[in-house]
Amino acid sequence: MESMDASFGTSEVSFLAPEDVTPEYVSEADTAGTYVENRSTVGEQFVDDARMTCRDVNVYYGDKHAIKNISIDVGRNEVLAMIGPSGCGKSTFLRCLNRMNDTVDTCRVSGDIFLDQLNIYDKSVDVVPLRAQVGMVFQKPNPFPKSIYDNVAYGPKIHGLASSKSELDGVVESSLKKAGLWKEVNDRLDQPGTGLSGGQQQRLCIARAIAVRPEVILMDEPCSALDPIATATIENLISELQEQFTIVIVTHNMQQAARVSQRTAYFHLGDLIEVGSTDRVFTNPRHRLTEDYITGRFG
Amino acid sequence: MQVGKRETTMERVNRGLARRYLQERLFRLFGLGAVILSICLLGLLFVSIGLKGWPAFEQTEILLDINFDQELFAVDNLMGADYGALVKSSMRSLFPEVKGRADKRKLYRLVSSGASYVLRKMVMEDTAIIGSSRKIWLPADDEVDMLLKGHIRRDVPESDRRLSDQQIGWIDQLTEAGLLKKKFNTTFFTAGDSREPELAGIHGAVMGSIYTLTITLLLSFPIGVATAVYLEEFAPRSRWIDLVEVNINNLAAVPSIIFGLLGLAVFLNIFGMPRSAPLVGGLVLTLMTLPTIIIASRAALKSVPPSIREAAFGVGASKLQVVTHHVLPLAMPGMMTGTIIGMAQALGETAPLLMIGMVAFIVDVPTGFTDPSTVLPVQIYLWADSPERAFVERTSAAIMILLAFLISMNAIAVFLRRKFERRW
Ligand SMILES: Nc1ncnc2c1ncn2[C@@H]1O[C@H](COP(=O)(O)OP(=O)(O)OP(=O)(O)O)[C@@H](O)[C@H]1O
Ligand SMILES: [Mg+2]
Repeated sequence: MESMDASFGTSEVSFLAPEDVTPEYVSEADTAGTYVENRSTVGEQFVDDARMTCRDVNVYYGDKHAIKNISIDVGRNEVLAMIGPSGCGKSTFLRCLNRMNDTVDTCRVSGDIFLDQLNIYDKSVDVVPLRAQVGMVFQKPNPFPKSIYDNVAYGPKIHGLASSKSELDGVVESSLKKAGLWKEVNDRLDQPGTGLSGGQQQRLCIARAIAVRPEVILMDEPCSALDPIATATIENLISELQEQFTIVIVTHNMQQAARVSQRTAYFHLGDLIEVGSTDRVFTNPRHRLTEDYITGRFG
Repeated sequence: MQVGKRETTMERVNRGLARRYLQERLFRLFGLGAVILSICLLGLLFVSIGLKGWPAFEQTEILLDINFDQELFAVDNLMGADYGALVKSSMRSLFPEVKGRADKRKLYRLVSSGASYVLRKMVMEDTAIIGSSRKIWLPADDEVDMLLKGHIRRDVPESDRRLSDQQIGWIDQLTEAGLLKKKFNTTFFTAGDSREPELAGIHGAVMGSIYTLTITLLLSFPIGVATAVYLEEFAPRSRWIDLVEVNINNLAAVPSIIFGLLGLAVFLNIFGMPRSAPLVGGLVLTLMTLPTIIIASRAALKSVPPSIREAAFGVGASKLQVVTHHVLPLAMPGMMTGTIIGMAQALGETAPLLMIGMVAFIVDVPTGFTDPSTVLPVQIYLWADSPERAFVERTSAAIMILLAFLISMNAIAVFLRRKFERRW
């Protein structure tokens, strides 16, 4: 542990140092022939008050190098948006943050990821409390083939968060309300969750995740199947949760990233290209790939 | 590519449509044909077995006037009294004209040797009947039964028949007097095996099968499911596990008699377990059905979508919670299907049980897991091998019982599966 902490300290300095001096923006006027694309991260990767710190994270699926040496901080009580073209590794990286990639046989993760002072990839770490602390909403809605009630109550039940039936009922109701699903399902809580529409299932999965009251919430495109009204509900929820918790959200919706997040990270083919405050990244991107992507010029 | 003459998409689709529908119709016809064919074959099987076996549920009985003569019974030895003499004297009084030892013996042969057991049982249950005279229906001999059921032909020469002309004459007289009747054959359902067809019953074999299958189910289901869950959910991928897998798949293809040899060598010879016992039979059949259950259970576990596991892991469930709360309930119907296939195999299995002595001739109905017993398919095999004509219909009747057993087992499985499925 000690040696790790030390190296992490030094790496932070070395990363910060060059970055402050050289803004790496390459003008688009540069011709393709002379421009050498630099894939090392530009922008402000690190924050002072970090909730999660990731250092030199690499992920492989078998031989495929899906995440290439990424270092980034997630600040306390901040919403970090991750954007990037499809297949660039956003989900893969997100799943590293609560060790969901452990469940994929072919997947190998190297590097250090800290939750506060805890190295979550340390051998002694128990993933059960870790995942209770770092909750996740998956890209594809995956309700349990159980009743709507049981879907939401499952997490609190296994962690013993509710001491009585009425307390559990309360947790279920408030979670469903926050996810904007209560009005639609309050009269059929005993119906199977798999019988809901795609968007309803997505909100059910959000309710299920927040019912455990995790301190860090990882959301993988939580609004991909939602109408504008439901999307607004979820965005309100995110702002509300942010007051206490930390949120990492993957989204393909640029406006959404701009609306809900304080910082934005742009991924490209497994590289973390640029990180910075959302305002700065969207108004004044420093890397050409970021600019191409947010202005819609990406291939 | 002449512009204007190109087919539109709809034209192309429509052109191919007829062919597509034809293919579909042919396929459906073919499927329907296959279903009808198999139903016909099944029906043929059921009808032929039913027709052959049905008469076995009726048994000819003879009404005799039995005089429980006080003098024949010693107070201290009711068991040892000569009940045969009661039957014989009653027969003599029916046909007083019969003289001579040989003729008398022929006459006595019309009544089953089991008649005296019936009388003994009556006396043992109620000693008050001693001294009185009663009319009692007693089992007739199987040859009499066969004659009444039309299986013994009267037109063949006397020497080729099991019944002489004289005996047939007596039988006809008795029938005319209303003293011979076909009655529902309760013996068949309450007795164990016997050398005499009219005294042979299926109860012993049914109980043997129940005891054997109970052992098999109790052992093979939990062990099979646990093995499958371990291999599928917990075992690290390694060469060892691959080896175990290959071996399980191979075991499923091993001829069942090999398991019998194994049972003989290990359970009987090394562990010294009793011969012919349902306990050993169950152990042997467990070995035989385990691979089937394991393979089916693993397939059922594999078919549970990984997204369900992820969802459970995502809210912080432990490995065991994921398995017991989510994976097992979803895989349970498939596991039960595999188990019922394995149990059906076990129910119909003869060869391995021959090796551990369950083929012995056993009269008593077993009352425990270590009593000597036989099982339904072995009983069928034994009866099919017996020379008496009356055993032919009993063989078919036993097959009907076996099928009924199988169908009720399947029905229970379907019921349980429904119940589990409803819990999603
Ligand atoms: N289980 C897996 N096995 C092998 N390769 C995988 C697996 N999951 C993802 N990958 C690969 O890793 C790369 C990154 O995938 P990932 O799912 O992280 O992309 P993404 O950025 O989330 O894309 P999207 O926006 O479409 O969700 C892709 O090239 C993908 O093919
Ligand atoms: Mg993704």
